[in-house]
Amino acid sequence: MDEIIEILNGLGLDADIEHCTSLVDDGILASLDIVSIIAELSDVFDITIPARDIVPENFNSAEAMLNMVNRLLDD
Amino acid sequence: MKNILEFLENTAPKLGDKPAFADESGSLSFAELLRLARAGGSFLAERGIYRQPVVVFMDKAPRTIAAFFAVMYAGCCYVPLEKGMPLHRLRMILQRLQPQAIVCDEESAALAAELGAGDKVIDSSELFAAETDDASLAAIRRRHIDTDPAYIVFTSGSTGVPKGVTACHRSVIDYANALCPVIGASEDSRFAMQVPLYVDACMKEILSVIKCGSTAFLMPQSLFMSPLRVLDFLNRYEINTICWVASALTLVSGLGAFEEGRPEHMKTVCFGSEVFPVKQLHLWQSACPEARFINLYGPTEATGMSFYFNVDRDFAEGEAIPVGRPFDNTDFILLREDDTEAPAGEPGEICIRGTALSLGYFDDPERTAAAFTQNPLNPHYPETVYRTGDIGRLNERGELVFISRKDSQIKNMGHRIELGEIESCACLCGGVESACCLFEKEKSKLYLYYMGTADEKSVQKHLRKELPRYMVPTKLYRMQTLPLLPNGKIDRKSLIDMER
Repeated sequence: MDEIIEILNGLGLDADIEHCTSLVDDGILASLDIVSIIAELSDVFDITIPARDIVPENFNSAEAMLNMVNRLLDD
Repeated sequence: MKNILEFLENTAPKLGDKPAFADESGSLSFAELLRLARAGGSFLAERGIYRQPVVVFMDKAPRTIAAFFAVMYAGCCYVPLEKGMPLHRLRMILQRLQPQAIVCDEESAALAAELGAGDKVIDSSELFAAETDDASLAAIRRRHIDTDPAYIVFTSGSTGVPKGVTACHRSVIDYANALCPVIGASEDSRFAMQVPLYVDACMKEILSVIKCGSTAFLMPQSLFMSPLRVLDFLNRYEINTICWVASALTLVSGLGAFEEGRPEHMKTVCFGSEVFPVKQLHLWQSACPEARFINLYGPTEATGMSFYFNVDRDFAEGEAIPVGRPFDNTDFILLREDDTEAPAGEPGEICIRGTALSLGYFDDPERTAAAFTQNPLNPHYPETVYRTGDIGRLNERGELVFISRKDSQIKNMGHRIELGEIESCACLCGGVESACCLFEKEKSKLYLYYMGTADEKSVQKHLRKELPRYMVPTKLYRMQTLPLLPNGKIDRKSLIDMER
């Protein structure tokens, strides 16, 4: 979780990153942010995030991102 | 032909009920578009709003385009703004324009009031509900000439103050006549409109619709959060033509969307506004084997796009795709530093001449005079060229190739950005003394180095609030001092070395 929080902190968002559950729905993350998050998650966790996982639900919260990463690590 | 509206007036009676513009919540037919535009024009005319900029401050929707036409029916030029634009920029634009009328929807009306222009707000539903006054619209048209302005769109300015590029009807008509055959627009064309309505890039779809009877489907920006949803949109609306910024195309291909599906109806893919990596072009070409690919290039100051290149051969990764040759009735010269013409194959500043040249920057004679100058190759009579600030050269096939910028203007996500605007905005933040912004092209990342007492987080918060997302640096560095050149300017080069 710490890695994800750190990635999000690096974006300088104006939100409570640890607890916010609507990062995409409230427009806090732009599509540009998603692109850089995907790049960093892929780097840090050495995973490939397939297009079908790039949906708002998987990026709305730090926890949702963690769940996605864990699922991809298990595959 | 003297007025863009004549395109719509010629097409609408033929196509009546066919959808002109549509989005996920509905569509506007050609007949309705014409009716709303004439009603709205009558509303403005009755209030004496004539020959002045009228702001259209509405979301990306078909009715917003009807409002653009309404403003032109009133003999005014429209200025498209959107509430997603940063406050900093909206405030400066309104200050520069001092508009007497701002057409709003409910939400933007509140924002206009917040920005101190509440008394100028016109409710868009009132605008469209007005009675059409044929006589007054005809009287306005009789006095119209084709060099009257049609719209003003704002672009980034290096001093931090945006520049209002003012385009006249004649230039836009010229653009439509040259563009439509190149992209093959027809009644069968179905466009998916990616760009926002406050940049002139959206004229490609708008002009194709009103001139050729195509249909354009407006894409919500949020769609680009998910590459598969973009793909779904393209197939659901049977889209066969797209004119997107290269980064939007990359977002779909680069995130693996084509491993799950493909755009099934695609015939024409135009890309532009920035360099399109050949690797991504290849992914699109395999996904759409029947499609034509066209590179478009041109500055807003020369009204829309000025050059095109039909991708007619294979390119290797890392190779530059040419910007090709100018549109019909547009010409260019390549000028060296000393204002002489660059010899064949050598680099020079791309300077454009022709009817396409816009009127210049609104209320800004100084910056207009600096960019729109006498053609130095012609000492005989007044002839204006626009100096793009882009350096290009002709390749051995005679095609124009873009090389670099003369100044610190960059392109990110298809947007034209002056690094100076980011720096001047950073300096408005309390606790920032001076700032220098760098762009790493390979990663499309912006970095800000600054000197002052403010911490990185608060500076970034300030920038996020005041600037559009694509202009906010991803990394900030607070420095004890910024390296300076002997002339007192910030030493960009040593900062670039430091970043590496």
